[in-house]
Amino acid sequence: MSRALLLRGGRIVDPSQRLDVIGDVYIANEKIESLGEAVDVGSRDDVDVIDCAGRVVSPGFIDVHCHLREPGREDVETIATGARAAAAGGFTAVCAMPNTDPVTDNQAAVGFIIRQAARAGASRVYPIGAISLGQRGESLAEFGEMVGAGAVAVSDDGKPVASAHLMRTALEYARTFGIPVADHCEEPTLAVGGAMNEGIVSARLGLKGVPNEAEEIMAIRDILLARRTGGHVHLCHMSTRGSVELIRWGKERGVNVTAEVCPHHLSLTEESVEGYDTNAKMNPPLRSAADVEALQQSVRDGTIDVIATDHAPHHYDEKEREFADAPNGIVGLETAFAVNVTWLVARGVIDVAMLVEKMSCAPARIFRLPGGTLRRGTVADVTVFDPDADWTVDPARFRSKGRNTPYAGQRLNGRVHLTAVDGRVIYRLEE
Amino acid sequence: MSGHAAAPLGKDLLGLEPLTSEQITLILDTAEPFKEISERVIKKVPTLRGATIVNLFFEASTRTRISFEFAEKRLSADTVNVASTGSSVQKGETLVDTARNLEAMRIDMVVIRHGASGAAQFLADRIESNVINAGDGMHEHPTQGLLDLLTLRDHFKRIAGIKVCIVGDVLHSRVARSNIWGLKKLGAHVAVCGPRSLLPNAIDELDVEVFERIEDAIDWADALNILRLQLERMQAGYIPSLREYNRVFGVSRERLERASRDVLILHPGPMNRGVEIDSDVADGPFSVILDQVTNGVAVRMAVLYLLSGGKPELAEAAKGGGSR
Ligand SMILES: [Zn+2]
Ligand SMILES: [Zn+2]
Repeated sequence: MSRALLLRGGRIVDPSQRLDVIGDVYIANEKIESLGEAVDVGSRDDVDVIDCAGRVVSPGFIDVHCHLREPGREDVETIATGARAAAAGGFTAVCAMPNTDPVTDNQAAVGFIIRQAARAGASRVYPIGAISLGQRGESLAEFGEMVGAGAVAVSDDGKPVASAHLMRTALEYARTFGIPVADHCEEPTLAVGGAMNEGIVSARLGLKGVPNEAEEIMAIRDILLARRTGGHVHLCHMSTRGSVELIRWGKERGVNVTAEVCPHHLSLTEESVEGYDTNAKMNPPLRSAADVEALQQSVRDGTIDVIATDHAPHHYDEKEREFADAPNGIVGLETAFAVNVTWLVARGVIDVAMLVEKMSCAPARIFRLPGGTLRRGTVADVTVFDPDADWTVDPARFRSKGRNTPYAGQRLNGRVHLTAVDGRVIYRLEE
Repeated sequence: MSGHAAAPLGKDLLGLEPLTSEQITLILDTAEPFKEISERVIKKVPTLRGATIVNLFFEASTRTRISFEFAEKRLSADTVNVASTGSSVQKGETLVDTARNLEAMRIDMVVIRHGASGAAQFLADRIESNVINAGDGMHEHPTQGLLDLLTLRDHFKRIAGIKVCIVGDVLHSRVARSNIWGLKKLGAHVAVCGPRSLLPNAIDELDVEVFERIEDAIDWADALNILRLQLERMQAGYIPSLREYNRVFGVSRERLERASRDVLILHPGPMNRGVEIDSDVADGPFSVILDQVTNGVAVRMAVLYLLSGGKPELAEAAKGGGSR
């Protein structure tokens, strides 16, 4: 039996109940016991009391899109280091993409991730199974078996689903299990050889560009197939203003489409690639200022449901090379919250409650996961943060094995103070 | 005299985009006296005696490599050629390893040609030696841009105000990019002409004129810089055939004769005769293609001299003695 936990005097922000009050959160038996009203624990010594005055207490953040690299590249990240990085970033749960080696495309592989995560004892890790066997884009993986073993979605992320027929079948078949099909939208023949956004900067730097349309063509294909099949398509890491319009078009017609955006696409532009900085190399690429502006607005107006990290650790020497040959991706678990606060909340695009909605409530709802709420009787997955505190990003202090971040040395607003899963503190900021 | 103190160009020559018009003019002015050395019986001066230069060619380029080698030898530098046509990467050696090895060998200057855009900057950021970009991917080829400028200046006696059209595969061309920057900085009017599939989508944002018809380009221009068409562009689906390319965009004598004025012809070489340029144009009276080759050596001598710390005002004297 775990000890009880009293988070005292914080600002409780829980959009799932439209709640924004100052008060106590009392956790016992791994559940939220009481919310808001003052709790007097007297001199009991089986309760840990944490003063949360001046801080926000919210449902724990949930990342629906990260890469933990185990099995296959344990030198870059493991489920344990990824889960600890997640905890430090305020995430009580993360969903692990299946593009590992071997690919997570069967129930044994799903079970392996769940066991490793349990052993790590940090944030929850939910496996995402592959859409196709070996992510080869040919034949469907066994969704039913994988869901039975604990998978919460399917995706061939890392690669687009090139075949429209396979995507259609996946959307139809996934309905049986009530899981989303998450797609990495990239039309492969348009994107071939591309290393950054296609535009003036790629023209100047002499790098092959990926046009916005590479993403948008696949986004509308997926939306149309979701309309045809009634399946739930979840569009990963949207990066263009055109995609936003297409998603809005789909939602207005009642299509079962949800979408995520990453903190880097909400904060950085293609200009970050100047000097051939491989820490600004990612897929989809950083786009123009007009795209960033449209994405920010789409978070505000609800067109984009979720902010996800696409945490993608790489070994430093893999990034230390010619830009076109360097791998895509940046680490994000430990900076996502602060990047969002800095570029969205501090600039008045959205408020703290909306940020909690995008990082916790919506991910839980869309992927049908526990958490995302502080309702009495639910799992006690909680994050405590200070939206006003600022800090400087020092990759050397990351829990992740990855150091590849374009935010190194930057001063960001918003600091996570505590992360608890099942009422057990899995991360606490040293002060 | 010892080197690296107040080099007027900074440590490296990575492209023409980062240079000021004054720096570009300085290189061209410095190249003038060096031209004469190539006319001598003994084509050698002791200016860079004792300096070690590595020519690092990850991509085959006989012309540029030989031009740099002549420039280095005429300045009496010790040179080492490393030609690895990408194979060192296959052997597992990365550009980082190469940089570390060069640094350990205490090289004075490195001339690098590489298939990846940004490779020269990558190296320059990691080693103390002067780095000269001899062509990086689709990014820049600054000494080619400079020799084109020198050739144009020789002919027109100025750059400001002249109209230069770059013809062909601008999308994949580092020569085109260096030319655009250099010409614009010195006040020329710049246009491009070629199939839209071989022009960058964002070319308008670079503030250059675009001609869709070669006839219009010829009518407009004082000079055409005709780019080499890489034959693999056809296989990659950018153009239907070389034959059609020649029909639509090839520079022929008939097309030039229909123009209202004489148009100077430049080409960075090697040429595909009968594709982007017809032989009677390449060998015709308005072609300065061989002058470009001669100027290439002088420009590269000037760059080597200036980066090694040579004083601009001593360039004339450097022809005779050491200034290092
Ligand atoms: Zn992806
Ligand atoms: Zn991803």
